[in-house]
Amino acid sequence: MKYLQEYRDPVTAKKLVAAIKAAATRPWKIMEVCGGQTHSALKYGIDQLLDGAIELIHGPGCPVCVTPIEYIDKALAIAQVPGVIFCSFGDMLRVPGSASDLLGLKAQGADIRIVYSPLDALTLAQQNPDRQVVFFGVGFETTAPATALAAYQARQLNLENFTLLVCHVRVPPVIEALLNSPSNKVQGFLGAGHVCSIMGYHEYLPLSLRYRIPIVITGFEPVDLLQGLYMTVQQLEEGRFEVENEYSRVVKEQGNLPAQALLNKVFDTVDRSWRGLGPIAGSGLALNADHDDWNAEQRFPVAGIATQESPLCRSGDVLQGLIKPTQCPEFGVRCTPDKPLGATMVSSEGACAAYFHYRIHPHV
Amino acid sequence: MSDLELNCPLLLQYDRIVMAHGGGGRLMQQLLDNLIQPAFSNPLLNQKHDSAVFDINGVRLAFTTDSYVVKPLFFPGGDIGKLAVCGTLNDLAMSGAKPLYLTCALIIEEGFPMTDLQRILQSMQRTAKEAGVLIVTGDTKVVDKGKGDGVFINTAGIGLIDAGVESNPRHIQAGDSIILNSDLGRHGIAVMLEREGLNFAHEIESDCADLSGLVEDLLASGIEIHCMRDLTRGGLAAALIELAATARQHIEIREAMLPVNSNVKSACEILGFDPVYIANEGAFIAFVPEEQTEQTLSVLRRHPLGRQASRIGQVKAAHPRGTVTLENVMGVSRVLDLFSGEQLPRIC
Repeated sequence: MKYLQEYRDPVTAKKLVAAIKAAATRPWKIMEVCGGQTHSALKYGIDQLLDGAIELIHGPGCPVCVTPIEYIDKALAIAQVPGVIFCSFGDMLRVPGSASDLLGLKAQGADIRIVYSPLDALTLAQQNPDRQVVFFGVGFETTAPATALAAYQARQLNLENFTLLVCHVRVPPVIEALLNSPSNKVQGFLGAGHVCSIMGYHEYLPLSLRYRIPIVITGFEPVDLLQGLYMTVQQLEEGRFEVENEYSRVVKEQGNLPAQALLNKVFDTVDRSWRGLGPIAGSGLALNADHDDWNAEQRFPVAGIATQESPLCRSGDVLQGLIKPTQCPEFGVRCTPDKPLGATMVSSEGACAAYFHYRIHPHV
Repeated sequence: MSDLELNCPLLLQYDRIVMAHGGGGRLMQQLLDNLIQPAFSNPLLNQKHDSAVFDINGVRLAFTTDSYVVKPLFFPGGDIGKLAVCGTLNDLAMSGAKPLYLTCALIIEEGFPMTDLQRILQSMQRTAKEAGVLIVTGDTKVVDKGKGDGVFINTAGIGLIDAGVESNPRHIQAGDSIILNSDLGRHGIAVMLEREGLNFAHEIESDCADLSGLVEDLLASGIEIHCMRDLTRGGLAAALIELAATARQHIEIREAMLPVNSNVKSACEILGFDPVYIANEGAFIAFVPEEQTEQTLSVLRRHPLGRQASRIGQVKAAHPRGTVTLENVMGVSRVLDLFSGEQLPRIC
């Protein structure tokens, strides 16, 4: 709570806003990678406080948003199998698949439960030996260790009625993909603080050097965001391109080594398709062969599911920072949080949902 | 009945009820506005207040009903029985009524422990007695095992409104001060932590309480109360948004003025919830003329349920559709919107 007061202090925030405005000689385009940062920026009105001095570009760091529709459809298929208890984090329940969402299935009688940790799902499996319990593991490196721990424990316990549908993703490859894109306009990054608390920030050093771009690992409170932006602007103005750590109260260069060891023990790095962005090499984590018996994709027949994205949804452009959510013609018209066309309108971290929630929406 | 045919946008969107239709967010509002309200439309229902208010032989009455399906049945600070009495008393009080009589309808699941039922009934009786009301009629049904969730309770209530008392959303006007009697979010968080088995260092107790005594003090003080509303499902935000729309006013509140207990604040931070959307069962807001702000605060603060009373905002001006803005701690205003569906715990 001490941190909350200090890092939401309006006086400190206003000093930083003034410092950014004084330092920025042009409206640098800076991407906050993580959806939690996007929401914080809009909730606290950071973009309004900055008043165009720099441009915030909202990145692809919303785990719900980028989970490919193929995996949502696999989740929907598994959740409908009789006898299955399907466990998921809360925000996945409303993400639209090709034909439905998990909440809709729940209304039709599927046993779908919100859990706070993959280990809760593991406990459910132990308590219900006659049921198949499946955990839907999505998210970045932040949530991956908890999924890994559940898989690891399931293997240790030789728990036969527990499997995981794993679709974890990694941040560095998507940053590289954005930088390689011909339409890229990002000039600096706020790195995702929570991801780096697990992984450290050494992975970002070669990226920063190769693409000559500042990356500042940043937290989530308004003062964090402004401090991170100020550090990025200083680098840009001085022509530096370094990895700096604004979030040093949480993030260490090497990260959480036991968590990383666990990830290595349970997962392989794989190519993964991102919703709205397409396939990115080496950007996914999947259960390795040692954990085949706990892999829901092995236990349930979900290969070859045909998917159908909404042709109207421009979440890919939003996730790449090419358009602001309000520039999508369907924003607030055919696409609302109640009936989203794409996942960016669903999640508590999605950029479209953030604009809908925190801004007066022009169409509605 | 043309309103209810399949051209209704709500029916086209969802062909089945989902949990969010009862969650206090936008989907629930749509269900009420598009299906339930049109089905029964009449001037009394269309008042859109916590109770229907009408005259019988020159006597002004308030009449209301509410169902209680809370899980778990027993939680820190209360139980389903206390809730079922307080909730209906509070709905009557918000209309400016002095509660007189309640009903009690029980739907009990086969196999439900008799001792639990007894505890719940004793809790109802104790709460009613303290409030000086009688539970005068009721109904009991038992359903098959698995077809209910322990016990569901419905209570209806009737109360008397004194001459000159006019608590109604349509009386809200520009310049009104918005006064909150207590802190926010304790009931919703207490129930959620208990239900999910999440253990925090400090126990959070529900604020579940009968507000009718506090409201009676307020009414007796002669303050010109334009409207009162208790902050149940959907919390402060849902109440303000609905009132702003009914009154067609722009309401502004200041985040820095909102009292939130530090344990509730911590729980909200961890779960990713905003306290303005969390349910309360002992919190209400009153709209009073600006010049009566201090008097209202001092009356409320003399009562145990109003000790933390504070002014949280103001009605700014007429607005065609009604809107609520929240000025955050940075001094930036944003629109307060109904959340979509249920508030779901976030991933990370």
